[in-house]
Amino acid sequence: MLAYVLRRLIQSALILLGVSFITFVLLYVLPADPVRQIAGRSATPETVESIRRQLGLDQPFVVQYANYLWNLVHGDLGRSYLQKTEVAALLLSRLPATLLLMVAAIFCELLIGLTLGMIAALYRGRPLDNALMLGSFVTVSAPQFVVALLLLYVFSVRLGWFPIGGYGTAAHLVLPALTLGILGSGWYSRIMRSSMLDVMRADFIRTARAKGLGRARVVLWHALPNAILPVIAMVGIDIGMFMSGIVVVESVFGWPGIGQLAWQAIQRVDIPIIMGVTLVSATAIVIGNLIADLVAPLIDPRIRLR
Amino acid sequence: MTANVSTSPEPAAPLDATPPFWRRLLRRRLAVLGLVVMAVCVLGAVLAPWIAPYDPNEQHFDGLTIEGAPLPPGAMFWFGTDLLGRDLFSRLLYGARTSLVIGVVANGAALLIGTLVGVTAGYFRGVTGAVLMRFTDLMMAFPALLLAICLAAIFSPSLWIVAMVIAFVNWVQTARVIYTETSSLAERDYIAAEKTLGAGHGRILFRHILPHLVPMLIIWGTLGISTTVLLEATLSFLGVGVQPPTPSWGNIIFENQTYFQSAPWLVFIPGAAILALALAFNLVGDALRDILDPTQQGRD
Repeated sequence: MLAYVLRRLIQSALILLGVSFITFVLLYVLPADPVRQIAGRSATPETVESIRRQLGLDQPFVVQYANYLWNLVHGDLGRSYLQKTEVAALLLSRLPATLLLMVAAIFCELLIGLTLGMIAALYRGRPLDNALMLGSFVTVSAPQFVVALLLLYVFSVRLGWFPIGGYGTAAHLVLPALTLGILGSGWYSRIMRSSMLDVMRADFIRTARAKGLGRARVVLWHALPNAILPVIAMVGIDIGMFMSGIVVVESVFGWPGIGQLAWQAIQRVDIPIIMGVTLVSATAIVIGNLIADLVAPLIDPRIRLR
Repeated sequence: MTANVSTSPEPAAPLDATPPFWRRLLRRRLAVLGLVVMAVCVLGAVLAPWIAPYDPNEQHFDGLTIEGAPLPPGAMFWFGTDLLGRDLFSRLLYGARTSLVIGVVANGAALLIGTLVGVTAGYFRGVTGAVLMRFTDLMMAFPALLLAICLAAIFSPSLWIVAMVIAFVNWVQTARVIYTETSSLAERDYIAAEKTLGAGHGRILFRHILPHLVPMLIIWGTLGISTTVLLEATLSFLGVGVQPPTPSWGNIIFENQTYFQSAPWLVFIPGAAILALALAFNLVGDALRDILDPTQQGRD
């Protein structure tokens, strides 16, 4: 087990190194010249040259990458072109809001996905099952911004139950979390359905039925806990979907997290911020996958460690 | 897939058996629904110049209310008008072209890259293969949307740039699937037999590996269009996709979202179109997977 954990840790570190390399290459080949943006249009060639030297942009590629990596390790993600602030500081100030949304969204996803998946499994092959599975296809095919705007229109504009957008109270959190929850639930409900079907076929369920337990007790007491665990282990893998979703959802609802930060940066083509958000998201995805891989054998000892 | 191992050198791709394949596909109601939606979108896109009641970029003098607000759906403008007084229905028809062109081009390119990477890594293996698969793992760590945003922001977006950006972030899944499939095919006995008979790589690849990958490519090609359409719409919605005035379903919503409280049809009609198209490809792709993928046979 220890060797497995170590190997996965090293693999994750290597992937993160690769991620930093790709983001650096993207910055390096960038047609937009950061020096020009900092110096302004009227700068003399000498000023431009001195800024270029200050930023280390006259160094060879490898040296520049080494510098970039060195800064990254020290938590320096560079400066925003336009806000003249540290990208790392900006990201840090935005991260709590995103984490709060993440927890709430995963809760919604699981609540909707697991419930519907369980119901579909229990009504397998019947119209309700088919309807639920069609529903899961709809959530997978729905554009995030359309679902966000639809919920906003129905519950905020028409019904007035929730604020139009913003941050601060629990009421602000409901719609963004629900949007991400609905979008992610389709994936969970499919996994939950097949996990539940697998468990319902297991011998111990037959035993439970044979000793005369009622259907409700068998399903809720014996089948459900066993079916849920493998699905919970998938949450780590789901982080990627979440990280892609926050840009749209946070910008629609005006939720001040890193997704909205990225969206604002897109409007101004502020590349260092977009890169910073990408790096943070990639790190989250790598950590999520790592946790999923480490948790899976704990939940199901039959999974062989490779 | 195992049936043609022993006898015929010509692999019988499942598509050759046209009647049973089509009948099996048409027996699924949801797949038929998907096919109908796909057909409507394709027809609308192809025939746009003839069906569209107006020029998609014409700003109608009577297309706005006196206060300058968009008109709701009515007899003259079926789906209403947008913030500049342009006919929404005509823009949707032309927007279908954008979505489908990007869907086909970006997804085709993604399939091509994914197949090249997957086959190279799965068949030739070696250092190149290992490096390619590690790179694929690396790409999996990037959130597709953010990477696409970075790329689209770096290169000023045009239709073709957007298509290439989407292809660049979407080939990964295909590469993984094709890699798994190819590496299991490459270990089969009949491939070893071919090699001992002196067959070159070209013959083995084109006659014995690629034909077996066709079902996978059809499945992932269909499902991939759905992902592509959604990604294009999202990029356009964020303003880094296809640029106005070229209509795309995503940028119609992007342009009009300030009006979404007073003129919700400007957001929800294009939104429904995106959903319908993505759903159609997902439904058909899922049915194809049930029919064509032997590993999925007999599952619930």
